[in-house]
Amino acid sequence: MTSITIIDEPENPLRRAPLVEGKNNFASVTNIVARVAENRTPKGWYLMFGIAIALLLNLGAMIGYLIFTGVGVWGNNIPVGWGWPIVNFVFWIGIGHAGTLISAVLFLFRQKWRTSINRASEAMTIFAVMAAGIFPAIHVGRIWVIYWVFPIPNQMLLWPNFKSPLLWDVFAVSTYFTVSTLFWFVGLIPDLATFRDRAARAGRTIAARAYGIFAFGWHGSNRHWVNYEKAYLILAALSTPLVLSVHSIVSFDFAVSLVPGWHTTIFPPYFVAGAIFSGFGMVLTLMIPARKWLGLHELVTLNHLDNIAKILLLTGSMVGYAYGLEFFIAWYSGNEYEQFCFINRAFGPYGWAYWIMVSCNVISPQFFWFRSIRRNPTLLFIISIFVNIGMWFERFVIVVTSLARDFLPSSWGYFSPTIIDVLTYIGSFGLFFTFFLLFCRFLPILAISELKGVMPEANPHHGHDQGHGQDHASGHNKAH
Amino acid sequence: MTTYWGVVAEFDSAAAIYKAAEQTTQKGYSRVDSHTPFPVHGIDKALGHGPSHLGWLVVCCGATGIFLAQLMMWWMNAVDYPMWVAGKEPYWWPSTIPVTFELMVLLSAFGAVFGMFGINKLPRLHHPIFSHSTIERATDDRFFLSIEASDAKFDRTETKKFLESIGGKHVELVED
Repeated sequence: MTSITIIDEPENPLRRAPLVEGKNNFASVTNIVARVAENRTPKGWYLMFGIAIALLLNLGAMIGYLIFTGVGVWGNNIPVGWGWPIVNFVFWIGIGHAGTLISAVLFLFRQKWRTSINRASEAMTIFAVMAAGIFPAIHVGRIWVIYWVFPIPNQMLLWPNFKSPLLWDVFAVSTYFTVSTLFWFVGLIPDLATFRDRAARAGRTIAARAYGIFAFGWHGSNRHWVNYEKAYLILAALSTPLVLSVHSIVSFDFAVSLVPGWHTTIFPPYFVAGAIFSGFGMVLTLMIPARKWLGLHELVTLNHLDNIAKILLLTGSMVGYAYGLEFFIAWYSGNEYEQFCFINRAFGPYGWAYWIMVSCNVISPQFFWFRSIRRNPTLLFIISIFVNIGMWFERFVIVVTSLARDFLPSSWGYFSPTIIDVLTYIGSFGLFFTFFLLFCRFLPILAISELKGVMPEANPHHGHDQGHGQDHASGHNKAH
Repeated sequence: MTTYWGVVAEFDSAAAIYKAAEQTTQKGYSRVDSHTPFPVHGIDKALGHGPSHLGWLVVCCGATGIFLAQLMMWWMNAVDYPMWVAGKEPYWWPSTIPVTFELMVLLSAFGAVFGMFGINKLPRLHHPIFSHSTIERATDDRFFLSIEASDAKFDRTETKKFLESIGGKHVELVED
């Protein structure tokens, strides 16, 4: 049993804290990450995987029931034609934004601490987008003609209507899924080569073959690295506007309509801030247990969790500002439907949902002003759960309250979900966790080659004096 | 007679491979490459490798994406089956922007990823260098320098001796 050193030193802005803690070198970093996939499967993994598979089967059963019976199995009914499926879609796609944000935006801003969490967050993104994509697809009702949303010839001799934001969404989400998957795969190649070589050395031929095929014959050649790094940079530069565009376009699904409470120009930035908030919330929910159970304390350090908490504080406050501003603009617009809509949200029949949303999204991240809370994994984990709950309720409030009471009081209604709604939503967690657990078991869950690249020894002008390990600048001067 | 792909030597650290790369190119070798667990920054210059040209390929792919998106939406909604929706003309440029942007990003990303594989000639599941006895550590914690047999200055014994003289370990001739 190796002892684990946990350094609880706050980051000094003038002198960067080490990104990899403890007495680690390149080989030990490889070991820490590779042993997760090489050790015997822990019993706890089987237990969690069993639960996840059961939930996934439940999702399949619910979708089957829906297709055979029709969308009447859900609580969706006029006036609330968009119920839980669209709430769940926006919830999952929002979670799917943190991965690319961490990979791309933090990469462009040279935030090196991203290296320890980017791989798992990208995986989370892909699985969350998969869970998201199911909902609009099954929501169309006649799922067997879902291909009508794509610009391919069909029996109606009719092309898609490119003026519809719902169609923009098809392009945005499928592009986002494809590009995130490519970005993730490109990042995985050098680490799959590491796994291949370790498996080959240990005589595990089947594993070596399997990793080897996906490693594409990578052998760390500098001629390859040159193009690889360029491709990575370009993908980061493409993904940054992409990630902003995807949630903006998701918000157009609402904002381009005329429904009070939806028809607002604040939606794109407000949705993007909320997406980043919920995504980082889910990163904490996943990484805190993973870090503990898989022994990654020295690579995913308290400083990293601290940084994530700061981003949650920032984006949570931005979301809170947007909630306030919506009220202000509703009052300032002088439009009585708009004004009613917002008063109804906070004090109407769905007031309970509104105040759950405000408590979870605006109040709970305010605890992150305190350093002791930002550096306490247990509290971070609890607050991250509140963030997940709050962001689901945000989408519920937006989708349901706006539709339930629109222009004509005679057509008002109250939405109640059915048990099928609930089971389908829970089933989507089964899909997400089945893939995430498989990823944790078989793939490098941290970006090994990137982690090595941010260690002080990686600098070719570092010299051999470990004492100045953190001091890049002085190492540089010595060489010249 | 066996033909050789080149000579491969192992080094301990990023600093060591950087120095070795400089010495090798200064000695006049030109077909030199390093094989490292992560990109060692600045080694391109020491090895005499030029910058990547991938960017130009991606620009072309992005432009193609914009063009195809516009062509598709114009032809489908204004030519083949004109559609009047929301009082807007069949082809109305502002509503084409989101899809145009997404297709630009999609094709650029394909260009970046598949272009990178193409330029690197990957996937190539076998490579002569894999027969070196310790090369599996190139993806772990060791740094390798290779001089290819196609180098004009390559000589089986001299090149091997040279790599040993600059501190290389496990200096081996690798068969093609």
